[in-house]
Amino acid sequence: MEVARTSPLDSGRGGRPSVVHVIKPGMLTTIQDAGRWGFQSRGVPVAGPMDPVSYRFVNALVGNDRDAAALEITLLGPELEFDDERLVAVAGAEFELSLDGRPTPCNAPFIVSTGSLLRFGARGRGARAYLAVSGGIAVPPALGSRSTHLVSAMGGVGGRALVAGDRLPLGDPRRVTGMALAPQTPTVALPDHHAKIRVLPGPQVDYFNANVLDVIQSAPYTIGHNSDRMGFRLEGPLLTHARRADFISDATPLGVLQVPASGQPILLMADRQTTGGYPKVATVIAADIAVAGQLGPADTISFAVCTPFEAMAALIAQERALMAVEARRT
Amino acid sequence: MTDYRIVPAGDSAIFVEFEERIDPAVNARTIAFADAIRAANLAGVRDVVPTYRTAAIYYDPLRTDGDALLACVEREAVRPAPAAAAVGAPVRIPVCYGGDLGPDLPDVAAFAKADEEEVIRLHSAATYRVFMLGFVPGFAYLGIVDDRIAMPRRSTPRVRVPPGAVGIGGIQTGIYPAETPGGWQLIGRTPVKPFDPSRDNPFLMKAGDSVQFYTIDRREYDQWK
Repeated sequence: MEVARTSPLDSGRGGRPSVVHVIKPGMLTTIQDAGRWGFQSRGVPVAGPMDPVSYRFVNALVGNDRDAAALEITLLGPELEFDDERLVAVAGAEFELSLDGRPTPCNAPFIVSTGSLLRFGARGRGARAYLAVSGGIAVPPALGSRSTHLVSAMGGVGGRALVAGDRLPLGDPRRVTGMALAPQTPTVALPDHHAKIRVLPGPQVDYFNANVLDVIQSAPYTIGHNSDRMGFRLEGPLLTHARRADFISDATPLGVLQVPASGQPILLMADRQTTGGYPKVATVIAADIAVAGQLGPADTISFAVCTPFEAMAALIAQERALMAVEARRT
Repeated sequence: MTDYRIVPAGDSAIFVEFEERIDPAVNARTIAFADAIRAANLAGVRDVVPTYRTAAIYYDPLRTDGDALLACVEREAVRPAPAAAAVGAPVRIPVCYGGDLGPDLPDVAAFAKADEEEVIRLHSAATYRVFMLGFVPGFAYLGIVDDRIAMPRRSTPRVRVPPGAVGIGGIQTGIYPAETPGGWQLIGRTPVKPFDPSRDNPFLMKAGDSVQFYTIDRREYDQWK
């Protein structure tokens, strides 16, 4: 792989940094990278992509590092104008895309140039798409990460979702030779409003009635409308505490199912707080976080308890698929 | 000594739980354990998060030697809590109590069956321990509040609590670093920021620190730089 600065592309720009101009922001479009790790002991949430696999996949499509900052696009897509020659790709949720009025596919890199206009149209399966630009989005990092955390107003552009008129600075792209423009097979099997999600019991499964794992698998849960990047409020079979529902606060991992006194679990997602005071019955396996991140309000989840071996096998298979896409450019 | 337990939380985190109570000695042991795991610098470990009596270890299962992690956990978890003398000088935090900056001070005084001056005296006389941080960046859970002023949180939380507000929630006290919803009884406000990303050290406190509050008047509060 030949890596070089793309100075010929920058030479006509008088040294101004390249930007993506936000014409329309979409419903909820945020800048995300691999997350703000290392500060949870100071109360700083991790944030990062809801579907970390599609995020890593889309960066691979344009030859970026796997942790480059990209856009997370929720339910309704944006309209963006480019002012430089770059590789761009969109993956995750299925969207109709048009580049200067011509249809262009998801899951394949395409070349934009000065004045190119990218519009998102109708959405198919999945709730969140990811858009990567070669060079990555180069907003200033906060505590080592560019991920937007909306509640603490940190990262991204002023800690908020994108608005019309934002100009997103881009980093220097690597020049990558032999970059295939053909569509790639996405790594995430997109859910059609329903997903089977595998969990492992714990950390506090013993705080619940002995049959709690049967109950959680007995019928689907519906994602409530007051659900967001912090977590999904689930409505379904009641989970009964064997002890009190209040609990000495401890840490809250990604994908954990915490259960308040109501007995209705909350699935904690990317923007979750770092700690919580409810017992946690089970945790989604790492390999199934991506599928969960493609669900939205009114979608349903069937939980299935699996073994640590099955969880590891699924994660290794997912990693292999991602590495194949990342290796493709060499 | 097996007065702790190791519980997995999914495939990417383990929780090491010590005795189930809010207690400075248990918390000191938890924090010392978390520091030791962090210092071991094991490949694949992404974050270590101590709370009241549990340390969460987050790791990347594809890049972590599980046996090495477990061996390290078992070695460190049996160490006794460090002596309290190991705690450094207290972080001193100025507070302007009462008035419009502490709208719940009269309620706390009624709860304590004392006057407002006595509540202020009790709140600022103690040396508190930072048991943990959570909720929002830089929010430190401080304890243990004197029984007489340990008023439970409000039945209806406020939608907006201003940054710098100092509150009491049962045996806990703390400072809201940012404007958030909040249910604690607000007795004053500090001009100091618990979290400021523009500072060299963005965080005023870390778990295990000791903290003291001291009173300032309204003029000092308004002129604080």
